[in-house]
Amino acid sequence: MMKPCLLALAAVAATSATMAPTGVQVSGWARPTVNGQSSAAAYLVIRNYGPGADRLVSVSSPAANMAGVHRSQISGGVARMRSAGSIVVPAGKMLAMAPGGLHVMLMGLRNPLRTGATLPLTVLFEHGGERQIRLPIQMNAPYDQPHGH
Amino acid sequence: MTNPMDTDPPAGHSNLRRVRLIVWAIVLIALLALAFFWLRPVVSTSGEVTQRADPGSSNFQLGGPFTLTGADGKPFSSASLAGTPYVMFFGFTHCPDVCPNTLARLVRLRQQLGKGETPFQIVFVTVDPERDTPEAVGSYAKLFNSPIIGLTGTRAQIDQVAKQHAIYEAKVPDASAPDGYTMDHGAAALLFGRDGKFVATIAQEEGDEAAIAKLKRITA
Ligand SMILES: [Cu+2]
Repeated sequence: MMKPCLLALAAVAATSATMAPTGVQVSGWARPTVNGQSSAAAYLVIRNYGPGADRLVSVSSPAANMAGVHRSQISGGVARMRSAGSIVVPAGKMLAMAPGGLHVMLMGLRNPLRTGATLPLTVLFEHGGERQIRLPIQMNAPYDQPHGH
Repeated sequence: MTNPMDTDPPAGHSNLRRVRLIVWAIVLIALLALAFFWLRPVVSTSGEVTQRADPGSSNFQLGGPFTLTGADGKPFSSASLAGTPYVMFFGFTHCPDVCPNTLARLVRLRQQLGKGETPFQIVFVTVDPERDTPEAVGSYAKLFNSPIIGLTGTRAQIDQVAKQHAIYEAKVPDASAPDGYTMDHGAAALLFGRDGKFVATIAQEEGDEAAIAKLKRITA
């Protein structure tokens, strides 16, 4: 577990050395699907380098009819999933969606999401504006995904 | 200005009456409190989800024979699992988060067990048979690149099997979900031995080590 962490740190150090990040940055990953499956989950990592809090307004993808942020919750042994409501990332903070919690739910998939391919996503922020990103499609969270230390 | 508390009692025996009244009030409150605490557990268990049904109690044997529909559209009998340990998980294919997390984890734990490709079967039962056709559960099961038995059935069959396994399921209207609804469902994986007898559950929040220990028990 140590090595990927160090690698991630090195990667972060390398990017921050070339240019200081500003505004809202989005990365993440998406789960693969199979033929006939109409829903998928993507997990975003939102870093807010901006001067103030920012709110996620919408998520959309040409790969799906509809997308929204949902939250899974397991309580009393029962799994539930509901719309997550407003997602606000305070200034200088990071929000990392992860399996079993917050996720972008893609509904009405037009094509299966294949492992190794990428998922195009448009993420709109109240202040930061629009971000066009491509998420890697893989079964499990990447090693450099932020996790609690 | 007349304050009832300020009026002087006319005689001594009215003081005595007041004391008697207070004593009776205390007794009444004590009785009510006792009744409340006595009745409370009964009230709360009746409101509990079926997931909490005690599998250890003598009048409830979790599991038992069932017939559902396999991915090929043909009837699937639990008899075909005889002699094989298996882990059962209930979910639905429109569940993009908890269900694939759980199945991917079970596949990973099965590999970590280091007892060959399929030391136990993984059985996925949909709680959403209205949408999950045999083809749908079949292709969903293939997503994990490891053998998983996907099962569906009629609503009545699914309800029966869920009840048999003490799995809570509920259709919940949700405008933000596809087709306007989502399914709440019991999230534990149920472990059965070679004899088809229930052995243990793996809860979502349980660590891998504890889960592996339980899987070793059914595959011993
Ligand atoms: Cu969702």
